[in-house]
Amino acid sequence: MLRLPEIHFEKRLKPPRWLGPAMPPIAVLAALIIGGLILWASGRDPIDIYQRMVRVSFTNPGALSATLVAATPLVLTGLAAAITFRMKVWNIGADGQLMIGAVFASAAGIALDEQGLAVSMTVMIIAGMVGGGLWAAIPALLRVYLNTSEVLTTLMLNYIAPLILFYLIFSTTSYWRDLTTEGARVFPRGKTILEGAFWPEYGGGVVVPFGFILGIVLAVLLTVVVRSTRFGFQMRVSADSPTAGRYAGIRTARLLVLVMVLSGAVAGIAGASQIGDFSHRLEPKILQFAVFGYTGIAVAALVRYHPLGVVVSAILVGALSNAGLALQGPELPLGLIGVNQGLILLLVAASEVSARYKVVVGRRPRTGHGAQQAGGDLDGGPAEEPASGGVS
Amino acid sequence: MTAAGAPTRDQDRHTVSARGVTKAFPGVVANDGVDFDADRGEVHALLGENGSGKTTLCKILTGLYRPDAGQVLVGGDTVAFRSPADAYEAGIFMVHQHFSLVSSMTVAENVVLGWHRDKGRVFNRRQVEEEVARAAERFDMHIDPRAIISRLSVGERQRVEILKALYRGARTLILDEPTSVLTPQEAEQLFVSLRRMAAEGESVVFISHKLDEVTALCDRVTVLRHGRVSGSADLRTSRVDARGLARMMVGRDIAFSRRSRVDALGDSEPALELRDVSAVEAHGTLALHEVTLSVRPGEILGVAGVSGNGQVALAEVIAGLRKRTAGDVTLQGKPLPSGNPRAAADRGLAYVPEDRLGTGLAPGLTVADNCVLKAYRQRELGRGPFLSRIRILARTRRLLKAFDVRGTAESLVRQLSGGNAQKVLLAREISSEPQVLVVATPTRGLDVSAMESIRSILLEAAAGGAAILMISEDLAEILDLADRIAVISRGRIQGVLEADGADPTQVGVLMMGGSLEDTGVAAP
Repeated sequence: MLRLPEIHFEKRLKPPRWLGPAMPPIAVLAALIIGGLILWASGRDPIDIYQRMVRVSFTNPGALSATLVAATPLVLTGLAAAITFRMKVWNIGADGQLMIGAVFASAAGIALDEQGLAVSMTVMIIAGMVGGGLWAAIPALLRVYLNTSEVLTTLMLNYIAPLILFYLIFSTTSYWRDLTTEGARVFPRGKTILEGAFWPEYGGGVVVPFGFILGIVLAVLLTVVVRSTRFGFQMRVSADSPTAGRYAGIRTARLLVLVMVLSGAVAGIAGASQIGDFSHRLEPKILQFAVFGYTGIAVAALVRYHPLGVVVSAILVGALSNAGLALQGPELPLGLIGVNQGLILLLVAASEVSARYKVVVGRRPRTGHGAQQAGGDLDGGPAEEPASGGVS
Repeated sequence: MTAAGAPTRDQDRHTVSARGVTKAFPGVVANDGVDFDADRGEVHALLGENGSGKTTLCKILTGLYRPDAGQVLVGGDTVAFRSPADAYEAGIFMVHQHFSLVSSMTVAENVVLGWHRDKGRVFNRRQVEEEVARAAERFDMHIDPRAIISRLSVGERQRVEILKALYRGARTLILDEPTSVLTPQEAEQLFVSLRRMAAEGESVVFISHKLDEVTALCDRVTVLRHGRVSGSADLRTSRVDARGLARMMVGRDIAFSRRSRVDALGDSEPALELRDVSAVEAHGTLALHEVTLSVRPGEILGVAGVSGNGQVALAEVIAGLRKRTAGDVTLQGKPLPSGNPRAAADRGLAYVPEDRLGTGLAPGLTVADNCVLKAYRQRELGRGPFLSRIRILARTRRLLKAFDVRGTAESLVRQLSGGNAQKVLLAREISSEPQVLVVATPTRGLDVSAMESIRSILLEAAAGGAAILMISEDLAEILDLADRIAVISRGRIQGVLEADGADPTQVGVLMMGGSLEDTGVAAP
């Protein structure tokens, strides 16, 4: 019978320090190579397509602007995911928190009078944070008091939030609904916020949305908080071992609620940025179909939930989706771009394992029943055979 | 009890031998040219510290690992085991520390589970039960073949494992630290059975690091150190005592610190007091039942018992990690709130938990972070909401130096050896100058030298006036260190004895749930 080479994982005793940070870029490169092969196999010129992708994403002011616009919500939802996922608290509800943040921020924007840009922006950001934070507090409190899984509750709240948005705009004559014109009464839409409260853009040729800058500031701030504050110390201890956290006298339930609310508040800022930077009014359909929250999880996972890394990966993912939209056409279906995006996510996720384990490809003589599982402990891997395969 | 296919050349002197066995793992040579013989009719001890290569050697003998160099011989013939099944065929069985029994099935069912002695035949329950009962009787192992495993004690389960091996035709039985889960009485009973097996011509390999057991039970001893044979002796003919064995094991003379009980403790008020304290497990069963204990400043109260009898709950209730369902805990005369670890720590309680990596230490954080695991709230470690790295590192270096920890402030706790990790934990807890120190299994799994430094650290803390509650499964350790011994069984304190002149047999009776009256001793 044909025997296939066995592949087994051997734990690295001491993973080299550089390996962890080096893995994501290596994985991205590998994904581009594999993606290139797929493009080539489908009869297209990968070099040409990659060049065009870079062109439509980065190398002209308009393209770069589009990339940054796409990256803006992702930086913020990526940070929201990074905060909780680091602590093994699975807040997948950034979408809902973003939407409720947008509801609050647009209410603030509508209610504002000519207070000056700085004041009105501050009010909108705070309103967004309150909305997102409150929405995240629901699953946090449910978990603390009723021990429900936050995965399920945040997910379910993601279905409820858009219903609220649709209700506000389509089913009622609510405060958010524009009733000023005949057209708006027939085709319901949200009230536009005060023009003086539109968020500014920066840069000459390249448009840098204010929300993007806010994301960078938040990423730096979060890094400092986690590294150098007593609160961050609690986060790091609980992330590493919740039992050790409890043992150290950390009030873990309170910490969990705080972290969830903080995460929701950051997602809420993404909602405020959607209103202030882009749509200037509550747009239920756009927010529902954008799935910024879920993409944010991928963005954060790409860089292992490191806040500063989130900025970089948000630009990358933003560029990819932007390129996909720009390049799609009869000769390049959107699916092929999707394959490339999927490959990047898959390989980066897999690279996490390769950083901790060596992949050994080689034939180990088949052992009798029971030997595999009993002798297969990772610290006692096979030493009898030279590794014919390398490290991926 | 010969299995079909077992080697027939039993007349040879050696049943199982290793010749020049070498086995390396990434970063460590576990066995380096080891020679070993297990003779017919003997109990052969394999002695060594943790990490000396005992278990690796046995895994090679039972086909779990294959040696990089050297040979395994059975009955004088070179064999190449490719799996445990091959070793079974040759009559070599190992009883691991973690049993592999199906707890919802009976003893007899477990004995035949996965084993086809007569291929194709249906399971004849009655016949198997009879055979198991006969074997149990023959080796003095009291066990009912119809009993369900989940109802059996740990000692009884171990007997099932041994019976399983014998039923399957074991000629050589390897036991990996079998007494670590037993009371003194159960261990005694096990020794009787093992001697009986040897007398019947089987051979028994007994892995241990307890010297007194080896001298009491075994015929020969092979000592391993750093993967090599550092000595061997025939205990029937030579006069090697525990001290001599210890020297072979460690490579130098060691003298364990013992408590000198001359200093009177006086009538000082207890620093820690428990009155009728009860607690439950997470799934609702009773963990502690009306426990009353007190520890005075400068005193070490040893809590002895077989593991899993409420020790964890006792420690956690005092440390505030578990809520008590009834009773009071007072620290320095003041009542302690239930289930509040921060309050307990703030009132001067230090706790070294049984689960070091995971509860007592955060393994993925640095030594420096772990040194301030509880102190991070202290004003002098930072300013406002910020922590000062410089001050944390300064404190860490001071602790590492004072407690002789090998490791840097920046290394991850996960990368430390067991002994060094435990030292970090003790260093942090003791440096907080606690009034009361609760330590659980402080030396378990540590090598002899680390064990000795932990012991002297504890004695020093007691001399400095701390009241110490020491939970341990190692009765010898408790007898060495404690002033008084409280024995716990099924969540109840069976009795409290003065450690001076305490008889291990008495303690054993209490450990199995007997009362002081059963031992014929009046309570102090």
